[in-house]
Amino acid sequence: MGQRDITKERYSDGKPVLRRFHQARWDEPIIFELSRAGQRGILVPEVDEEIRARAGDVLATLPDGMRRKDPPALPELSQPQVVRHYARLSQENLGADLNVDIGQGTCTMKYSPKINDQLAANPKLLDLHPFQDEETVQGILEVMYRFEQILKEISGLDRFSLQPGAGSAAIYANVSIIRAYHEARGESKQRDEIITTIFSHPSNAACAKTAGYRVITLYPDDDGYPDLDALKAAVSERTAGLLITNPEDTGIYNPKIAEFVDIVHGAGGLCSYDQANANGVLGITRAREADFDLCHFNLHKTFSTPHGCGGPAVGATGVKEELARFLPVPLVEYDGDRYRLDYDLADSIGKVGSFHGVPAVVVKAYAWAMSLGADGLREVAGIAVLNNNYLLKKMLEIPGLSIPYAKGKRRIEQVRYSWEKLAEETGVHSEELGIRAADFGVHYWTSHHPFVVPEPCTLEPTESYSKDELDEYVAIIAHVAREAYTDPEIVKSAPHNSTVHTIEHEPFDDPSQWAVTWRAFRRKVGGD
Amino acid sequence: MTEAAGRCPKLGLIVNPVAGLGGRVGLKGSDGEEIQKRALELGAVPGAQGRAAQALERVSSIVNTDIITWPVEMGEDVAKRCGLDPTVVGSIEPGKTSAEDTRHAAAGMLQAGVDLLLFAGGDGTARDICGAVGSKVPVLGIPAGVKIHSAAFATTPLAAGDLASLYLQGRVSALREAEVIDIDEEALRRGDITVRLFGYLKVPFRTSLIQSLKSASGPGEKVAMQAIAATVVEVMEKGVLYIIGPGTTTREVMTGLGLGKTLVGVDVVEDGRIVASDANESQILSLIAGRRAVIVVTPIGGQGCIFGRGNQQISPEVIRRVGRENIIVVGTPGKLNTLAGRPLWVDTGDREVDGMLYGHYRVVTGYNEEAICRVSG
Amino acid sequence: MSEQRPPDYPYIPNSVPKVKEQMLREVGAESVEEFFEDIPDSLRLKGKMNLPEPLLSEQALKRHVEGILARNATARENLNFLGAGCWQHHVPAVCDEVNRRGEFLTAYAGEPYDDHGRFQTLFEYASMMGELLNMDVVNVPIYDGLQAAATSLCMATRITGRRHALVSKAIGAEKLSKIRDYCRPSADIELVGFEAETGQLDLGELKGRLSSDTAALFLGNPSYLGTIEQAGGEIADIAHEKGALLIVDVDPISLGVLTPPADYGADIVCGDIQPLGMHMQFGGGQAGFIATRDEEEFVMEYPSRLFGIAPTRVEGEYGFGDVAYERTSFAVREEGREWVGTAAALWGITAGVYLALMGPQGMAEIGEGIMARARYAMLKLDTIEGVKAPLFSTPHFKEFVVNFDGTGRSVAEINRALLAGGIFGGKDLTQEYPKLGSSALYCVTEVHSRQDIDRLVEALREEVA
Repeated sequence: MGQRDITKERYSDGKPVLRRFHQARWDEPIIFELSRAGQRGILVPEVDEEIRARAGDVLATLPDGMRRKDPPALPELSQPQVVRHYARLSQENLGADLNVDIGQGTCTMKYSPKINDQLAANPKLLDLHPFQDEETVQGILEVMYRFEQILKEISGLDRFSLQPGAGSAAIYANVSIIRAYHEARGESKQRDEIITTIFSHPSNAACAKTAGYRVITLYPDDDGYPDLDALKAAVSERTAGLLITNPEDTGIYNPKIAEFVDIVHGAGGLCSYDQANANGVLGITRAREADFDLCHFNLHKTFSTPHGCGGPAVGATGVKEELARFLPVPLVEYDGDRYRLDYDLADSIGKVGSFHGVPAVVVKAYAWAMSLGADGLREVAGIAVLNNNYLLKKMLEIPGLSIPYAKGKRRIEQVRYSWEKLAEETGVHSEELGIRAADFGVHYWTSHHPFVVPEPCTLEPTESYSKDELDEYVAIIAHVAREAYTDPEIVKSAPHNSTVHTIEHEPFDDPSQWAVTWRAFRRKVGGD
Repeated sequence: MTEAAGRCPKLGLIVNPVAGLGGRVGLKGSDGEEIQKRALELGAVPGAQGRAAQALERVSSIVNTDIITWPVEMGEDVAKRCGLDPTVVGSIEPGKTSAEDTRHAAAGMLQAGVDLLLFAGGDGTARDICGAVGSKVPVLGIPAGVKIHSAAFATTPLAAGDLASLYLQGRVSALREAEVIDIDEEALRRGDITVRLFGYLKVPFRTSLIQSLKSASGPGEKVAMQAIAATVVEVMEKGVLYIIGPGTTTREVMTGLGLGKTLVGVDVVEDGRIVASDANESQILSLIAGRRAVIVVTPIGGQGCIFGRGNQQISPEVIRRVGRENIIVVGTPGKLNTLAGRPLWVDTGDREVDGMLYGHYRVVTGYNEEAICRVSG
Repeated sequence: MSEQRPPDYPYIPNSVPKVKEQMLREVGAESVEEFFEDIPDSLRLKGKMNLPEPLLSEQALKRHVEGILARNATARENLNFLGAGCWQHHVPAVCDEVNRRGEFLTAYAGEPYDDHGRFQTLFEYASMMGELLNMDVVNVPIYDGLQAAATSLCMATRITGRRHALVSKAIGAEKLSKIRDYCRPSADIELVGFEAETGQLDLGELKGRLSSDTAALFLGNPSYLGTIEQAGGEIADIAHEKGALLIVDVDPISLGVLTPPADYGADIVCGDIQPLGMHMQFGGGQAGFIATRDEEEFVMEYPSRLFGIAPTRVEGEYGFGDVAYERTSFAVREEGREWVGTAAALWGITAGVYLALMGPQGMAEIGEGIMARARYAMLKLDTIEGVKAPLFSTPHFKEFVVNFDGTGRSVAEINRALLAGGIFGGKDLTQEYPKLGSSALYCVTEVHSRQDIDRLVEALREEVA
């Protein structure tokens, strides 16, 4: 019998061929449209007869103005309908579990191990109240304490708070700590400026501004590095601090980072290292070595906790010993026997988030770090960077694509590419390529504020995707780029295989049309 | 008034047939009959037709429009080449069109009630159209000239086609004021550069087809300008003369003071009052003699020039007397970002003054926001 | 070449040596080290990080983490009466089912085309909250009720252009701490007291403190102390008369029975959706909401994302996107509009599921049931010698202050004793509200049976006897 190459439909030249993807298109109605009067999704526990007898008509105790007149017009559905509705909507959502999610560059869409989710869903955690007696929460405090020790080693800094609710909240906490530090020295009035760079995450500037600072932005020099001379021109007795990312969103490591820190220290400011994404430098370089005073890690990026469509999350904030007294309260302390919560920090900036942040996220991040250890974390960084440079090599073979700055230099964990040439030659823009890429079942991140790099595209392959998967992603982008040259219309009219077709954007910016709720939509469009 | 409103939108088309003639044969610009003739003699091939066709094909593949245009090489040819059936108005003497024809055509389009006026040309064409219609109708330029300084042009003919389509479809509705730069080409050929800010055109403004996500959303361009103005007004001191350079950003400073601005000129302000409108160099010099003065400037056009283009009234002598430490540079983040990392520059015509201006500046980019930008030659 | 060994790291596909070598070859690098050549030696970590030995097998990891967590004693194993911002309610199984689906759990920030499901579920969440709150605009959830409170106040300062803000004293210490830190650059916070007898906002004091520079009055209703404000409409009128906004912080699970704050004049309504389907998880189930009328000057001041619905080019199809994404301040005043980032989206989806399951009838029943149980608990507790429950003579929703002054015992002592009997007593208010004496904040919800409440009452009776 003759041999048959059973994989020939799937592979060509050893590379996977494009998949014939079609995202679920359920055309699912809005939940209110599924409502039929009288249906119930769940019953609430009956009130005990004796309670009823004793308590009487409780609603009658309410003053007239406080008793709800009309019941809320919530939809009425049976339970299986609710389940089907949400199951369908879930299928119309491209989680990282489903796709080669390297297109949401800067977001570090790595694999979130299932065991960690399972561990965090333990009733021994779910059913804890944050104000329980310390004696009853020794287990979760131990996890928080142990994880803090891990972060201390990864950063080289001395104390961490796990309270901030994500990266931006952590940056805000860091800015608050910087302010508290200068206040304690009687210099807070004079030091009213925070310096950041244009390629640092925009939340750095936004948080500093929210905290009342004047924000000074450094633009890159000709090679794409933050301009050291610009920093020298920026610092003064008004400098409160520097908020900086390294490598920045371009993926270029700034080798002069220690000089940046020294210059700001020389002017009396503090330096905060935005390590929201530290994936490429785990075990390679740390905040301590560059003499940073503060840093933060996003546990949903580097530490693999699932992104949850945008939270819940934790932005772990770390500081040097001398700044520990300003951290949010409470901190977890360990006396060798018991864990306890320390609320007694006289100079604390106070609360930045409720209770103890999101402990379930800490459990997942702790489990992740424990499953890898020092060698494993180093392997994460090594493979993430190898994947990135491999991807870079393959991507640059696509006509119309280039990378700005630092020619010939390696990139760390991500790259900001530019389709400037392709756009000039075809009139097809980066974001249009991205929407077309969605037709093949992958994300393609389109937000690269500020738009300093024209027609940007940022890819971050992390350590979680195989070589074949990276090849598949490149093949998709190469295919779409080729289409831009040969059949731009198919790109411009995308998506074709997605959940919905081109969405009209005008209504979102028009107060007479925009609708944030179904009731507003019915009123404005339906004439209710 | 676009497709979304339920009728076929009207697109006006003007081609400056001689735009871009000069550049390819090393003549700086194509203004004037003599030059055009020389250019043709030197072997120049008209490029405006082809570029206009590229843009128009793009538009017609995306959106149904009524094309209103001017005869023969001023648009009719291109439209027909694209297989369209334009309404042709006006009259010309083929082969002998001039700036006057461009102005007539623009006025004709305005009268015809076009929703958008698409033109192929260069800075000179933009100037002629600006002179004829000002900001009475939205305009978009297809780049076809030698020098493109004006911000009224799309980056490429295809991009112009796309943006025009989006605007006509109603998918883009924002308009912004784009500076029209007027370069005296004759002087340029002599080696003198005299650039003037001529005026403003209303141009469709495409932010992004996809809404940007994740980042803290920055304010729009207009709000950024107001924020900059608020900052400048806040630091203004009594008894100091403020020399306000031309530009939309600096205009907001005047608005912030409750004053009107000479759009393309330099105004001088003291204690919240105008002491000179549209001042020339000598007026400025006499005003500031023995006084403390501060210059407020913004980069003109998309090139990042802060002195020497469009604000020559603020001469090297003025700059020298005011002193580097008394210069406030303002610019929106959007404007700085378009420089893609290139430094700001100066070309005052005085090397000593240029040298004095080099180095890093704090550019006011918003309320309580500054950027450190390098200024070079 | 040695035989290829399986990767040590199941989460890292390309850690297989052969693959690694091939990739290195393709990029022309000798080793992974080359990629780090731009990082100067002086900044390199010398040696290896000093971390615990890894638990490489899933089984070992599971055993380790579960072993640690086993040391917790939970509110389910015990009888819990703690609330104070994190409340023990029943979490429907469908809520967990939906928020554990990988499609939602592992998604992030894709476009409305690839991540349509996220947009629709969060739009529906906002829409159902809108019905509950009787307001047209509800944001995508932010971190928690603390952030919602602080941001609401900042919004009010921007909308009114004023700096002075009044906050009712019946507020939790954590929330006040957050407000003070967060609003410091934009608002001057002043407190307004409540009447000792009723716990109601002191209207006389309110009038005295309101001025033409007051941006807003911030009021919890039900308050942190569980009291239901009687004079919502009157308070709104007093504030509005001075041009100030009324911000009401509300427990959404109360709104099946209590009047939505918008109906008595609130301009901004905020709170925490944890009660709507989130496990307490040591305080990790919090998520904040902010709601307003659909007026441009309000919408434009939200820092958070607002998902809107719009047509697509196919008739009858719904698409989604960000409303007013390029949000701008009207007048340029003070600071910008804060920031937006990852926060608590998954809990928004979950709360949507909760509201869809409950429907109007469920929300009415649960609200009434909670009030009945709480009232029963108060009546029974009040029969204990030396115990006063509730401390304030006013209707309460699910929380109430129990005062132990008449027993001569401290809350700490009492709670220690209750804990020994497997009961988590109410939150000790002694530090937060020294003026209330020996008082604790008790929380009773639909999870409490009559037997649970009776057990508490008997334990307390015995303890203070």
